[in-house]
Amino acid sequence: MDIGIVELSRLQFAMTAMYHFLFVPLTLGLSILVAIMETVYVMTRRPIWRQMTKFWGTLFGINFVLGVATGITMEFQFGMNWSYYSHYVGDIFGAPLAIEGLMAFFLEATFVGLFFFGWDKLSRVQHLVVAWLVALGSNLSALWILIANGWMQNPVGAQFNPMTMRMEMTDFYEVLFNEVAQAKFVHTVSAGYVTASVFVIGVSAWYLLKGQHVALARRSITVGAAFGLASAFSVVLLGDESGYSATHSQKMKLAAIEAMWNTEPAPAPFTAFGFPDQEARRTHYAVHIPFLMGLIGTRSLTTDIPGINQLVNQAEGRIRSGLIAYEALMTVREQRDATPPEVMKTFETHSRDLGFAFLLKKYIDNPLQASQEQIRMAANDTVPEVWPLFWAFRIMAVLGFGFIATMAYFFYRASFRGMRYPRWALWVAVVMIPAPWIAAEMGWFVAEFGRQPWTVDGILPTAMSASSLSVTELALTLFGFIAFYTVLFIIEMGLMLKYIRKGPYIDVAETDDWLRARQEVLAPVARTAPTAIPAE
Amino acid sequence: MILHELLSYELLRIIWWLLLGVLLIGFAVTDGFDMGVGALIPFVGKSDVERRIAINTVGPVWEGNQVWFILGGGAIFAAWPPLYAVSFSGFYLAMFVVLASFIVRPVAFKYRSKRDDATWRNAWDWALFASGAVPALLFGVAVGNVIQGVPFHFTADLHSVYEGAWYTKFFGLLNPFALLSGVVSLSMLIMHGAVWLTVKAEGSVQGRARAIGSVAALVAVIAYALAGVWMAYGIEGFRIAGHYVTDGPSNPLYFQVERTASWFTAYGERPWIAIAPLLGIGGGLLTFLGLRARREVSTLIVSKLAILGVIASVGLTMFPFIMPSSSDPKSSLMVWNSSSSHLTLFIMLVCAVIFMPIILAYTAWVYKVLWGKVTDKDITEHSHSVY
Repeated sequence: MDIGIVELSRLQFAMTAMYHFLFVPLTLGLSILVAIMETVYVMTRRPIWRQMTKFWGTLFGINFVLGVATGITMEFQFGMNWSYYSHYVGDIFGAPLAIEGLMAFFLEATFVGLFFFGWDKLSRVQHLVVAWLVALGSNLSALWILIANGWMQNPVGAQFNPMTMRMEMTDFYEVLFNEVAQAKFVHTVSAGYVTASVFVIGVSAWYLLKGQHVALARRSITVGAAFGLASAFSVVLLGDESGYSATHSQKMKLAAIEAMWNTEPAPAPFTAFGFPDQEARRTHYAVHIPFLMGLIGTRSLTTDIPGINQLVNQAEGRIRSGLIAYEALMTVREQRDATPPEVMKTFETHSRDLGFAFLLKKYIDNPLQASQEQIRMAANDTVPEVWPLFWAFRIMAVLGFGFIATMAYFFYRASFRGMRYPRWALWVAVVMIPAPWIAAEMGWFVAEFGRQPWTVDGILPTAMSASSLSVTELALTLFGFIAFYTVLFIIEMGLMLKYIRKGPYIDVAETDDWLRARQEVLAPVARTAPTAIPAE
Repeated sequence: MILHELLSYELLRIIWWLLLGVLLIGFAVTDGFDMGVGALIPFVGKSDVERRIAINTVGPVWEGNQVWFILGGGAIFAAWPPLYAVSFSGFYLAMFVVLASFIVRPVAFKYRSKRDDATWRNAWDWALFASGAVPALLFGVAVGNVIQGVPFHFTADLHSVYEGAWYTKFFGLLNPFALLSGVVSLSMLIMHGAVWLTVKAEGSVQGRARAIGSVAALVAVIAYALAGVWMAYGIEGFRIAGHYVTDGPSNPLYFQVERTASWFTAYGERPWIAIAPLLGIGGGLLTFLGLRARREVSTLIVSKLAILGVIASVGLTMFPFIMPSSSDPKSSLMVWNSSSSHLTLFIMLVCAVIFMPIILAYTAWVYKVLWGKVTDKDITEHSHSVY
C-alpha cells in the first residue's frame, strides 16, 4: 500500500477527530451544568436560575451543533478512509458505534430540540427532565465511543477467523467491561466537566471584571467551581488509572511516554523532565523522581516495567511467531475446510501474533520472504516517536494539576469568602479558558499517537488499514475539510463571542412577578429599584 | 455463549437485511421531509418570516431525524462491515459531498437567524437549499448505481479495490440511469417535505407547498415508473450460481455469481413482491390527490407509504444482493456473505429490540408536544429563541 495514502488518511483522521473534540468536551460538561442550574431553578423558582439556564443553554446550543456536525464525519470516515480496518474489525468495533446511535444519539438529539423549543410547551418539571435527558444522552455517547476506542487500545473478547479474514467477537462482556475503556470513559467525561467548569468560570470572571451581570456571574462561578473541583480530582485520578491499565495492556506506549529506554530496577523512577533522543535511545538532561513510575505503573515496589529496548526484542520474537501463523493462514485460505488439522493447530497456536507479521507488509508484499534486516526494521517500527509523546503527556499532566489548584481556590472563595474574588484571580480564570482544550487534545494525542504503528494494538498495523484511494481524492477531501472547518470555526467563535457580549436575556416581567410575590419577605432589601439587580 | 444460537445465522441475516431497510426507510420518512423542506425554503418563503416559518416547522425535530442517518452508518458498520467498507470508500467523493451537506445543514439551521442581516440569512437559506437537495439527489444516484452494479473487486486478503481513476470513479456515478434514480429520490423527498409543510404551516407558505408538492408527486411517480421500465428491459441482473450455503462464513469470495437478463426475473419467482412498486406508485398518486383535496394529515401518511414502497421495491427486487459488482461479479456483496458474525448479529438484534421501541416512544411524545401549526405569531413573538 502506498505510504502517502496512509499518511494522508492519518492526517485527515487526526485533523477531523481533534477538531471534533474541540466541541465534545464542552457539550459533555455544559449539558450537566445547565441541567444542574435548571434543577436549582425548579427547586427554588428563582428567575435568576432560569436566566442562567437559558444563557448557558444558548452557548451550549451553539457549541452542540458543531459537535453534532463534525461527529457525522467521524461516523463515516472509518468506511471512507479506513475500509480495510472497517472490514477487519467491524464485527467488534461497529457494535459500540451502532449502540451509541441507538442509546445515546437519539436521546440527546431528540430532546435537545425540545430543550430549546419546549419552554412554553412543557411544565417546569417536564422541561427539567428533558434537560437531564440531553445531558444523559451526551454522556452515554462518550461511554460507547470510548468502549470502541478502548478496544483499539486493548483488543479483548475477539479472535481472528481465517475463513473470513477478520477479527470476530467472542465475548461481548469483555469488550464492554474492558478495563481500558472504563478508565478512559471516566477520564474523558471528567475532562469534559473540567472544560465546562473552566469555561463557565472564565466567562463569569470576565463579567465580574466588567461589572456586568454580577448576579449571574457569581452564581455561575459557585456552580462551576464545585462541579469543577470534583471533576478535576476525578480526571487526574482516572488518568492514573489509565496509566495503571496501560502497564499490562500497552507496555510500549507507557515506555514511550516515559522515555524509558531500558527496564529499570523496580520501583522505576519517573522522568519529570528531559530531552528524549530516539536515535541514541537515551534521554538527555533527564531529571528523575525515584520510585514514582514504579508506583504509578504497577502499584507495587517489586514489579518491573519493561523498557523500550526490551519490548523491541519481544516484538521481534512475535514477528517470527506471526510469520508461522501467516504461513499456516495461506494454507487454510487455500484448502478451507480441507485444511490438515496439524496446520490448523499451528495456526491457532501462533494466530495471536499474526498482526506482527503484517508489520512486514510495509516493506514487502509477501512477509514470508522478508529478510532478517526487514524483520529488525519492523520490530523497531513498534516504537512510536518518543519525544512528542513525552512532552504532550507532561503538558497535559501539569495542566491537570493546575485545574485542581484553580478549582480549589475558586471553591474556597465561593464557599468561605462571600463569593468575592480578587481581580488577579478573575484574570487568571479568563486567561485559563483555552487550557482544558489544550489538555484534552494533548490527551488524545498521547492515546492515539502512542498506539502507533497499530490501528488496533498488536492486531492490525496502520499501514494496512487504509482504503485503496488515490492521493487526489484524499487531497481533495483534506482540503475540503480544512476549508470547511475553518469557516465553521470562525463563524462559531464569532457567534459565541456575540452571545457572551450580549449577556443573558432578562425577562423583566417574570422577575417583577417573582419580586411582587415575595414582597413581604424581601421588603427591606428590594425597596431600591427592583429590576436593577434581578432577583439577586 | 450459546444463547445466540437460538436464532439461526440465516435468520439473523434476513432480520438484519430487513432492519437495514427499516433504517433506510426511517431515515427517508423522517429526515426526508427535513431535506425536502430545506430544498423548498427559497421557493415557499418569499419574506423572512415565511422562510422562518418553513424552517421552524422542522426546527425542533431535524436533529433527532438526522440521527437516522448516523444510526444507519453505525448499523451498517456493525451488521454489514464489508458493505460499510466497500460502499463508503467506493462512493468516496460523492460521500464527501453528502457529509458536507449534513455538516452545513445543522449549522445553517442553528445560525441562520442568530444575526439580523438579510445577506447573512439569504446565504444560509441557499445553504439549506443545497444541503437538502444535493443529498436527496445523491442518495438516488447511489441506489441507481447499486442496481447496475458497482465496479469493484476483492483481493485475496479481502481488501476492496475500486476500478478506475478518481474522476471516472466520481463522474462515472452520474450515468443516465443513476441520474433518473436521483430524480426519483429528489422529487419524492420534495413531495414529502411539501406535504409536511402543508401540515405544519398556514396561508401562503402552505399554498405554495401544496402547489409544488403536487407537481413533485407527479414527477416522482412518472420518474419511478420510467426507471422501473428501464430496469426491466435495459439493465442486467445478478444471480448466485452453483451450490451455496446461507449460513456460511461471511466471505464474498466463497460465492459464484452470474449475470442475468434482468433483475425482474425476481417478480417471476416471488410475485408477491410486486406489492412494493404498486405501493410506491399508488402512494405517489394518492399524495397528489390528497394534496388537491387538502387532507393534509392523511396525505402525510400516504406520502410515507409511497417512500416505503419505493425503497422496499429496490431491496426486494435485488434480494439477496445488496451491492453487486459489475466488474467482478463474484465479489458481489449479498445477504449471505457480507454480514457480521453470528454472535454480533445476535447482540445487535437484542440492542435493537430493546432500544427501537423506546426511541419510537419518546420520538412520538416529542412530536406530540410539538404538534400544531407554526404561525407568523410564533416567529414574531419568540424572535430571539426560534430559528
